[in-house]
Amino acid sequence: MAEQKKERQDGPDSAPYTQEFDVDYRPGLNVVAALMEIQKNPVTVDGKKVAPVVWECNCLEKVCGACMMVINGKARQACCSLVDNLEQPIRLQPARTFPVIRDLLIDRSVMFESLKRIQGWVEVDGSWDVKDAPIQNPYTAETAYEISHCMTCGCCMEACPNVGPQSDFIGPSPTVQAYLFNLHPLGKFDAPKRLNALMEKGGITSCGNSQNCVQACPKNIKLTTYLAQLNRDVNKQALKNIFNH
Amino acid sequence: MANKPEKKIIVVGGGLSGLMATLKICEDGGKVDLFSYCPVKRSHSLCAQGGMNACMDTKGEHDSIYEHFDDTVYGGDFLADQLAVKGMVEAAPKLVHMFDRMGVPFTRTPEGVLDLRNFGGQKNKRTVFAGSTTGQQLLYALDEQVRRWEVKGGVKKYEFWEFIKIIKNKDGVCRGIVAQNMNSNEIQAFPADVVILATGGPGQVYGRCTASTICNGSAVSAVYQQGAEIGNPEFLQIHPTAIPGSDKNRLMSEACRGEGGRVWVYRKNPQTGEKERWYFLEDMYPAYGNLVPRDVASRAIYKVVVHMGLGMTNPNRVYLDLSHIPADYLEHKLGGILEMYDDFVGQDPRKVPMEIFPSIHYSMGGIWVDREHHTNIPGLMASGECDYQYHGANRLGANSLLSATYSGTISGPEALRLARSGKLGDALTSEELEAARKECVEEFDKIRNMNGAENAHQMHHELGDIMYKYVSIERDNNGLKQCMKELHALLKRWDNIGVTDHGNWANQEAMFVRQLRNMIIYAMAITKSALQRDESRGAHAKIVLKSDYDSWDAAKQKAFDEKNGKYHFDAETGRAMTDDGNDDLLFFGRDDEKFMRTTVVSFDAANSEPEVTYREFEHSLIKPRLRNYAVAKKE
Repeated sequence: MAEQKKERQDGPDSAPYTQEFDVDYRPGLNVVAALMEIQKNPVTVDGKKVAPVVWECNCLEKVCGACMMVINGKARQACCSLVDNLEQPIRLQPARTFPVIRDLLIDRSVMFESLKRIQGWVEVDGSWDVKDAPIQNPYTAETAYEISHCMTCGCCMEACPNVGPQSDFIGPSPTVQAYLFNLHPLGKFDAPKRLNALMEKGGITSCGNSQNCVQACPKNIKLTTYLAQLNRDVNKQALKNIFNH
Repeated sequence: MANKPEKKIIVVGGGLSGLMATLKICEDGGKVDLFSYCPVKRSHSLCAQGGMNACMDTKGEHDSIYEHFDDTVYGGDFLADQLAVKGMVEAAPKLVHMFDRMGVPFTRTPEGVLDLRNFGGQKNKRTVFAGSTTGQQLLYALDEQVRRWEVKGGVKKYEFWEFIKIIKNKDGVCRGIVAQNMNSNEIQAFPADVVILATGGPGQVYGRCTASTICNGSAVSAVYQQGAEIGNPEFLQIHPTAIPGSDKNRLMSEACRGEGGRVWVYRKNPQTGEKERWYFLEDMYPAYGNLVPRDVASRAIYKVVVHMGLGMTNPNRVYLDLSHIPADYLEHKLGGILEMYDDFVGQDPRKVPMEIFPSIHYSMGGIWVDREHHTNIPGLMASGECDYQYHGANRLGANSLLSATYSGTISGPEALRLARSGKLGDALTSEELEAARKECVEEFDKIRNMNGAENAHQMHHELGDIMYKYVSIERDNNGLKQCMKELHALLKRWDNIGVTDHGNWANQEAMFVRQLRNMIIYAMAITKSALQRDESRGAHAKIVLKSDYDSWDAAKQKAFDEKNGKYHFDAETGRAMTDDGNDDLLFFGRDDEKFMRTTVVSFDAANSEPEVTYREFEHSLIKPRLRNYAVAKKE
């Protein structure tokens, strides 16, 4: 048996409450698979028939980022959280850095909005054929590949003490995406715009360097390294802004 | 652009194809309402791992677009529209350049150009890749570009909205959709000039598969029930190498074999009697070895495990071995997926062979479309995995990212052209919109109040079991007939579902009940088409039964006897098997005369039964020849 306690909440303004479920153990069982078992028979340990638990998941391969929740106190992807590696009873909670929609389902639209602010794209002329793309340094491309694994799951946001109502920090994930686009041979043409955006309120100066993000990242992106690098780039840009006027 | 009247296209689905179509429409001055189950950045395209095929010819192999064309047609067992395929392979290198400019972090050679790798069913290195997460990287590039257009005002996103159905005007032209907000459960009708469905594949019809939980084919089934024709649904790709799991079968990329991975089982050497590793794909198919196409590899694994009993005792598995390849090379080329095996299985594939088994993976079939991606319903288009185009009876690995992207470059501009053509009749009236909305609200309210004894998720599990049992790697007509019966019984049981969640806020259970009905109805289209197609072609392999044999004329019986030598029919199952002591199953051959035609399925609402007919398609460029991967391909 794998015992699970789930913190539930019926709507955005309802009070949270906890329900306990038992799920038959099998090797390789993960938290999403356990939630799916509950869907098939949504009965609590007290024998009460309840509405099945609501959560978000898609790929179950740790690529889409959808199933992030707080498991035994830590923000992580539910699909790759194996029951064998978790202390029981397993306690599931929504990532409350974000507004809760229902149960474990949260609203992370703020992260996608922040990607607009940092101009998280390359300004290509269009999707038509232009000519060969520029050759790239393979080592730089590997760094880009690492950062480009960011699946907007929000683990770093949940772990960061500076993301939340107390601060306007856009958070580690969207900030570091600016670094990604500044690395690209065409994307770097707009690097000053991205760096200037990070000088504004909620930008890189709101990072308190607590270094929680790098430990929370399920993709092992060296977030703090790139935040430090960006901090340097932003400072350089600030000086350029002064002297180029 | 100022003189063109503003046109609105609804795109349903935000995977590669939907995003590509959206981008093209925006660039040409159209407006898009983009609907998706999930934030588009979480769409299933990101699960594609190995790469995207394009003839870049940068490895000194004299690769050519023609070779890509021929490999695709041959790999698809001559059931793909050849002009459509030709267009796709010609566009491929340009699409790679586009992605490169957009910032996809492709893996590069030491001199900084795009690296290429081998993939199944192709002798030349032709697959561009970004480590082992190519789909994720391509999807992100288009997601970023569409976000840019969102800022510019070309796109309005409706994320966490589920498509329910299309709305037709009085002339039968599709001019809008009904969709539901998955959080507030509010149902709304949306008018448009043209609607493009890019809703992906139906993997969830099989329950456990490599597809995401969102790939349920519900939207395709919904428009099928509204009159859209389905093409070739019986052709479902079974990927040979997946990690079986109770919640899903996780894909282990073909790139593993492309980078040198070998598939084996233990066996007793037939001559010496000693226990040895048997690299059976290399043995059976010397020309292509581990890189045979997926249908061929899956059947071989199934044969070795199920019929020869050589899999690991329990459960059924074979080894996919990378442990002979240097760890730093693996890290560079396959990093992401090796980490995944470690995450989900708890073993390091750099050190021990992976345990894998075939799984449902991709649907070659889907909504029937012409080469411009129009369905048979005017005003409704389809692109991406949800259409049936490009892959015939079997898709080559790394052709799906290509077809998804390419189809979006066709459907998007064509939708806008159609919208501007003035041939779409009247826009929907507010009464028509309201009537469609109301119908869906009533249906949803009815589902919310279902109080029967059945659990929808339990029934979904059973649906998967039924489909795997009867309509997977090896099929026979008795099983397929039985499958139709069981699906009808399941559909009847749907009426007796009970929900525990009667609310109207983020009610995922009620939405799933609606999807489940669509899944069962689509499963029937798959099964009936498989039943009617009395041949083997690509992913559709049908075993000859005594009853089949008895129904043939003397000439056909004679041809079968001559081809197969000594054989018998199994007393219990009626299946034809060889007499050589191996009891190898005997299959229908490919029957070009009768079945080199597209299966077209329409829905008969009166008895929820699929109606199967056949349609000619364009295959004049490459003459059909028999597929044989034991020897190098001859043109």
